Amino acid sequence: MGLTVIEKILSRRSRDDVRAGEVIWLDLDVRSARDFGGPNVVRHFDREYGEAPVADPKKTFFTFDLCVPACSIRYADNQQFCREFARKKGFRVFDVDAGIGSHVLIEEGLAASGGTVVGTDSHLNILGATGCFGQGMGDVDIAFAFKSGRTWFEVPESIRVNLTGIPSPETDAKDLTLAVIRALGTTGGALRSIEFFGDPVKRLGLAGRITLCSMVTEMAGIIGFIPEMGQAFAADYRALTGKDFSNLAPDPAASYADEITVDVDGLTPLAAAPFLPTNVKTVEELQGTPIHSGFIGSCTNGRAEDFAAAARILDGRKVKAGVMLKMVPATRRVYDDILRNGVLASLFRSGAVISNPGCGGCAEGHIGLTGKGEVQVSTGNRNFAGKQGKGEIYLTGPAVVAASCLAGEITGPEDVR
Amino acid sequence: MSKDTVFSGRVWVLAEGGHLIEDIDTDQIYHNAHLHITDIGEMGQYALGNLKGWEDFFSMAEPGDILAAGRNFGAGSSRQQAVDCFRALGVAAILAPSFGAIYFRNAVNSGFPLLRCLELSDWIQDGTLENGDRIEIDLRTGKGKNITKGSVFETEGMSRVQVAVYETGGLFAYGKAIESDGVK
Repeated sequence: MGLTVIEKILSRRSRDDVRAGEVIWLDLDVRSARDFGGPNVVRHFDREYGEAPVADPKKTFFTFDLCVPACSIRYADNQQFCREFARKKGFRVFDVDAGIGSHVLIEEGLAASGGTVVGTDSHLNILGATGCFGQGMGDVDIAFAFKSGRTWFEVPESIRVNLTGIPSPETDAKDLTLAVIRALGTTGGALRSIEFFGDPVKRLGLAGRITLCSMVTEMAGIIGFIPEMGQAFAADYRALTGKDFSNLAPDPAASYADEITVDVDGLTPLAAAPFLPTNVKTVEELQGTPIHSGFIGSCTNGRAEDFAAAARILDGRKVKAGVMLKMVPATRRVYDDILRNGVLASLFRSGAVISNPGCGGCAEGHIGLTGKGEVQVSTGNRNFAGKQGKGEIYLTGPAVVAASCLAGEITGPEDVR
Repeated sequence: MSKDTVFSGRVWVLAEGGHLIEDIDTDQIYHNAHLHITDIGEMGQYALGNLKGWEDFFSMAEPGDILAAGRNFGAGSSRQQAVDCFRALGVAAILAPSFGAIYFRNAVNSGFPLLRCLELSDWIQDGTLENGDRIEIDLRTGKGKNITKGSVFETEGMSRVQVAVYETGGLFAYGKAIESDGVK
């Protein structure tokens, strides 16, 4: 019997029979918590296990990325509470200067191909981009994982999603992602592991793979993998970690619950209109919708490539008067990259507000929320009512955000050249 | 095997225009503005606080109540508070055609019963189940009775892990139990 990607990974870390539908015990390479969720993990741990050590301090981390540095006393208290716990138990904190935890884990080589990682981040399945099993979990799960080093998990079925055709040159990984979510909705991949195939995804570099895999959460899926690796990703991974990527492919005889083809031939830029990520329209359909602000960042589009794409569109020009363009790089490393290559200076001169790295734009507590009546184009991953403030959020790629901020209305990159 | 797996309660149907509301996400259940709260006693007041039309749910809910919701209930973030806010109010169980994956396991780990019930949308549309009905459910078998209407129905019931964790009272107790049994 052949194994799918997720069955391969789980088999290496479990003594149980790994088959779709079975509940297994899984050994975890990394167990982590953020500054939201983290304090609850500590309280559970203290109550249930008292002075007992964590199972392995070298595999246990806090990754502060939500309210960084703390903007209120209650969050500052929570972070300090976590720091003191980490010091006592002897494990590392990626503190308020580090950036988005999932991205930091990739950069540090802690989310390696074939690995198993859990944390209090529902987009931790982003690690599928580097062939690693990542899963967001609640604070009870994580406290248990800190103590035991393992977790229970129901092995999901897998589906194949084949992307075919040649998208138009104006599109990027976000458009591919929105095309997939348009086809699958929240039912096609629900509670399943998705394997993406086809030239359009094989060509993606690390940033693009991250974009696609991050929004498997919005498809209600468990995780997404890209089993075929192109030159761009191989080069990105080596440059980032200094190591060659060890690719993980399914067995030829692996069994899938479904196979779906998404034709992206001639695809043009897309955006998800309020208030669901599945409410996907073409930018052409939305053309002319007035906007008040733009946001570039998040775990979906916070890499150096995303900011470079925006800078290419802006090309030194100022955003329309009155439009606020907010930016949050994913990590300190991304910040450093765009600082050194001049992208940051160029964006600043175009009028962008550029924050320190973190999860800004997606959670209250950091920058980037919208007020009632505010219409925002965002590279984030969720536009649920009330999620990013009271405004109306259109989810799209960095090039469309930049173009729309120049025009003051939703528009595609080709219209501002 | 100590914990009772049969209980009854009043149903709140989360519907709009006669249809169950689908894709209710964790920000609608428990908004991210309240994530600094770590004491479960304070969480109940925010339950469904960002779901249009249900902002006052906390003041209407009574211990033992049961929720009926649309497909993909609990989509979104990993926050345990989105489960705990209902436990704080004494809500007994939630029925839906499907749940967000992380939400589902958070509930299992807290020993909070979520029951998958594929036909739920049909029952709401044809009036088999209405807001305010009293129902009885056996968590182990998944079989239910609508006491108000005098009819019977079936849900999927709880999985093996769900029952095991539920009966020991939650993941921590379950973990200690299997450790002392020398299992695994």
